Amino acid sequence: MSHGNGYSTGRVDLDLIAQMIATGSRVLDVGCGDGELLELLTRKKNVDGRGVELSQEGVNACVARGLSVVQGDADTDLADYPDDAFDYVILSQTIQATRNPREVLRAMKRIGRHVVVSFPNFGHWRVRLQLLFSGRMPETPSLGHSWYDTPNIHLCTLLDFTSLCDELGLAIEDAVIVTGDTARRVSRPGTIANLIAGDAVFLLSRHDARAL
Amino acid sequence: MNTIDRAGDEQRPDDGGRVGAQSATATFGAGEPLALDSGISLSPFTVAYETYGTLNADKSNVILICHALTLDQYAASAHPVTGKAGWWPYMVGPGRPIDTDRFFVICPNVVGGCMGTTGPRDLDPATGKPYGLEFPVITIGDMVRAQAMLLDRLGIGDIFCVVGGSMGGMQVLQWAAAYPDRVFSAIPIATAARHSAQNIAFHEVGRQAIMADPEWKQGAYLTEGTTPAKGLAVARMAAHITYLSETALHRKFGRNLQDRETVTYGFDADFQIESYLRHQGSTFVDRFDANSYLYLTRAMDYFDLADDFGGVLANAFRNTKARFCVVSFTSDWLFPTSDSRQIVHALNAVAANVSFVEIRTDKGHDAFLLDEPEMFATLRGFVDSAARTRGLGA
Repeated sequence: MSHGNGYSTGRVDLDLIAQMIATGSRVLDVGCGDGELLELLTRKKNVDGRGVELSQEGVNACVARGLSVVQGDADTDLADYPDDAFDYVILSQTIQATRNPREVLRAMKRIGRHVVVSFPNFGHWRVRLQLLFSGRMPETPSLGHSWYDTPNIHLCTLLDFTSLCDELGLAIEDAVIVTGDTARRVSRPGTIANLIAGDAVFLLSRHDARAL
Repeated sequence: MNTIDRAGDEQRPDDGGRVGAQSATATFGAGEPLALDSGISLSPFTVAYETYGTLNADKSNVILICHALTLDQYAASAHPVTGKAGWWPYMVGPGRPIDTDRFFVICPNVVGGCMGTTGPRDLDPATGKPYGLEFPVITIGDMVRAQAMLLDRLGIGDIFCVVGGSMGGMQVLQWAAAYPDRVFSAIPIATAARHSAQNIAFHEVGRQAIMADPEWKQGAYLTEGTTPAKGLAVARMAAHITYLSETALHRKFGRNLQDRETVTYGFDADFQIESYLRHQGSTFVDRFDANSYLYLTRAMDYFDLADDFGGVLANAFRNTKARFCVVSFTSDWLFPTSDSRQIVHALNAVAANVSFVEIRTDKGHDAFLLDEPEMFATLRGFVDSAARTRGLGA
């Protein structure tokens, strides 16, 4: 699981995620890549951070940064973490590459009091137009894989994602959509947001969770 | 547990005298017995150890290396019997992940061993004869307790890093559990928090081979002037297979014949693998004591860290402040990745600082002793970042 399969041009979502995380909290970054976000959160938010990363290179880079990262797979290894182990569990630009996004989200909800997810929006108008006019699977500069070799096997739209959250009992505390370099906060993403968002970042919590 | 003592095997770097090796012993007299898990007090006893590098002024740069079953304190210096260079050449030395230019490295021989630390071949003060089977049964906990006494003797409180593979990794885990305030970082490699039934089974085969040798004399071979060389060699041959992988065996030997064109229709070592194992067995006998082999395999068999903590492994690590880097190898079937994951799971359960890597290799359990660049990259990063956090500089 590494970063960078997303639709965004920079990593504007990293800053957005950092804004959603309370200072001094305990954080698990699932698919933490080379540890860029964890390091940012450690530096700016003084978090007690942990990571899970599939690739050897990613784990090595993280360990060299002094981060505590376990080589593992979001689909199978979240089971190893106890309930309520973290204040936040983050899945940044990774959900679309998991085999079973629903189970991954369910595990994250169990492990963390809050869940943060960022992902590329497959409902963006450009994606829709590509399919409509070319009749071929959409490819964009950041989703630049052919259909047969893409790691992004579970792409979804904003509306798909929010309906899955509803089903899993995850309440939307905060949502930010990213269009180009512009980020805007939306209370609950609707049809328009689903057209214009390149990426989205969600802060979720259990319906039954008390406020921090 | 090393394949690398075979002629013609991987070329080993030899840092020669540049590691600043010092050989020393510490003897603990009647007033300082080693209180064993069995309830017996071992006294007097001696710990033989090697050191590399220089201890800094505040004694904060100590790395403790715990050795595996059939290894010894000669991690980075020549073995006095075989004359071969240290057993961890890629890991320990100037500029290596365990950098002897920056750290003060201590590698003690374990209690029950046969390279200078008190073990079954030493004289029993009660009888004036070699202990043999009168030597008390040793545990991993006992080994670590003796190491802690050695560090006390040297005036060293905290260990910056404790590292070891296989049985050495068990000692690393034991250190973190028994002395949580003394360990700043810990690297358990290719190991487990408890020895599996399969591993106990292999050890029992080895022990029975030794005990079936008539020269073993109920463990009194030193008094009787015999050597159970055949039994010990067979034990080594059987164990050695478990340190490798099928892929590695196939790659190295396949079904190749040894110095002949066709099979001989007999029981000579027709195949290269047979010749290799026979060589492993016969050279091992020159440098290892058969009774030591019995005691040390037993110590591994008895190891079940959770057992000392109410059956819950996580409880063993509840007070640890150490940062961990757990390492396993894909082709290690003796201490498979699932064993390492149990350790990681337990550390996660107490919110410990833990990193974990599974190194992709076909070299089996012995990979931790061999040239595995990914492992060195990981461990170099881990040690360097821990050193920065500890204020040890670059």
